[in-house]
Amino acid sequence: MSAVLQYVVQGLAAGSFYALAALGLAVIFGVLGVVNFAHGAFYMLGAVATAVLLDTLGLTLWWSLLVVPVLMFVFGVVVERLLVQWLLRLDPLYNLLLTFGLTLVLVELVKQRYGVSGLPYQLPGGLTGRVDLAGVVLPRYQLFVLLFSVAVCVLVWLMMTRTRVGMIVRASTEKPELARALGINVGRWVTPVFGFGVALAGLAGVLAAPFRAITADMGNNFAIILFAVVVIGGLGSILGAVVAGFLVGLVEAFGQAYAPTFAQILIFVLMALIILVRPAGLFGRKEATA
Amino acid sequence: MTQSAVTEAPVTGADAPPAGRDPKVRWILLAAGLVTALALPWFVYPPVAMDIVALALFAIALDILLGYAGLLSFGHAAFWGSSAYVAGLIATHYGVPFPVAVVGGAVFAMILAIPIGYMSVRRSGIYFAMVTLAFAQMVYFIGYRWSDLTGGENGLQGVPRSFFGIELVETQSFYFYYAALPILLFGMWAAWRIVHSPFGRVLVSIRDNTQRARALGYEVEKYKLIAFVLSAGLTGLAGGVFAISHGFVALTELHWSTSGDVVLMTVLGGIGTLWGGIVGAFLTVMLADYLASSGFHGIDLVTGAVFVLVVLLFRRGVWGTVRHQWLARRLRRRSSRRSPDSADPGEGTGR
Repeated sequence: MSAVLQYVVQGLAAGSFYALAALGLAVIFGVLGVVNFAHGAFYMLGAVATAVLLDTLGLTLWWSLLVVPVLMFVFGVVVERLLVQWLLRLDPLYNLLLTFGLTLVLVELVKQRYGVSGLPYQLPGGLTGRVDLAGVVLPRYQLFVLLFSVAVCVLVWLMMTRTRVGMIVRASTEKPELARALGINVGRWVTPVFGFGVALAGLAGVLAAPFRAITADMGNNFAIILFAVVVIGGLGSILGAVVAGFLVGLVEAFGQAYAPTFAQILIFVLMALIILVRPAGLFGRKEATA
Repeated sequence: MTQSAVTEAPVTGADAPPAGRDPKVRWILLAAGLVTALALPWFVYPPVAMDIVALALFAIALDILLGYAGLLSFGHAAFWGSSAYVAGLIATHYGVPFPVAVVGGAVFAMILAIPIGYMSVRRSGIYFAMVTLAFAQMVYFIGYRWSDLTGGENGLQGVPRSFFGIELVETQSFYFYYAALPILLFGMWAAWRIVHSPFGRVLVSIRDNTQRARALGYEVEKYKLIAFVLSAGLTGLAGGVFAISHGFVALTELHWSTSGDVVLMTVLGGIGTLWGGIVGAFLTVMLADYLASSGFHGIDLVTGAVFVLVVLLFRRGVWGTVRHQWLARRLRRRSSRRSPDSADPGEGTGR
């Protein structure tokens, strides 16, 4: 029983990286119609930035949680203005190819600068060790990651549903034509939304920094699993991205615990099942199937 | 830009030129291509020449889907790599002449393409790219984990190159090139036949207007699936030859970066042109070879930058641009002679 609970927490903690990043991917896709291949690279940059900030400026995780998303937001805005915006009117496949090329460049640059071996990362004292919750011993950091990302997801959710800006973004994400028809200038939100999505990927990277090996390649497989996540959740659905993110994290954790050989494969089997049973994804609408 | 645009917009870098095609030019191109293919190992290190031709067929096979059916497969490494492994295993364990092993690999790739294609063609556009990528990653992990069979990270080593006991072919890359070339040329011919057949016409119509094709009674999913399986089979031929040529199968052949490389070759050469795949493969392999020999590390930096630049500035690709210029010039000349264009109806796409 306690083992199962440990896997649940472990899975949800891993899932929160997917959930946060997939949330960013979904918002970007919704408003821009861009599937951002570089999302994994942005996640990697978030983690690398966290390690570098600690190493050079001595900024602990608490500061990184604040600073890195801001930096990534700015970086995202630059990428959108410099590259992505020129292809927005064309077939979305072109932006997939563009961000794929960008991924190769970013990963290689980090490799050249920081090498291929992992960067070290030291957790701040308050987050190390384990906690005993009613007889179940859990790593403190995993609990923190879980609570923190659920809080972020709830915050984003409140922002999306309770504020005017959020409602505009949500309308642009889920019903762009209708939003336009109601006189909302969807185009104005393109750049900040891209930055916001990139910042979420960066935030997932910050949280992953103490948890995973920080290497230039850490985002590659992550990006592909993210694609599986949004296919499972339903591309264009914000709730679907979050739920599927946690779900995939659970599948991964239980897979690693009970069938380590198949852990990575299970995620894609889950995706295949969803495609067969519900082609639009768990929370996708029918039109999105096309 | 929005979801409606996601659905069925064709991925055609080369927009359909209005002029028809000229059989004379086609024969000249074909002859030039054949001479180049035959002369290549004299000018290029033979194993590299083999890589160029194998990757050219790989890019052409991808172009059947991308250029004609409008489907971007980001997971073709699954078929390239699995055929390489199967061909390598057959050659290792049964000692058959290498063409048999290559055909075995291609058949396996087609069989693998049936379930993957069945699930992937249910989604189109950007979804198709993501789903194929994800399935290819699954195949990669299977190859990685099943190390008893594949050698895992070490790859499959010591693949023999058996060819009816003809020692020159078995030991020397120069002669092996000529033994393997017919297989790849057959693949290219098959690709040409596929896209210029009535079947290929239906694919183009599905790409350009899925709803209308469906309304005309074509079973869209079936056509897409057949195209997918055929493309995987040709990819398999190329992957098998590649494996035998190297005498070694690396796990990289299944990796997503291989899928990306071949997409780059196709886009760089020109989507929807077939010839573009050959140009793209040639340029990419020569560039990689040059960079490697000049001691430059980080080829991905160059690959990625080329990707970004081509997509931003040069979407027709090399061959697509050449063809576009040539057709535009011919059209201008023809209209200045004031010959009525209606003499050339329907030959539409010029592909």
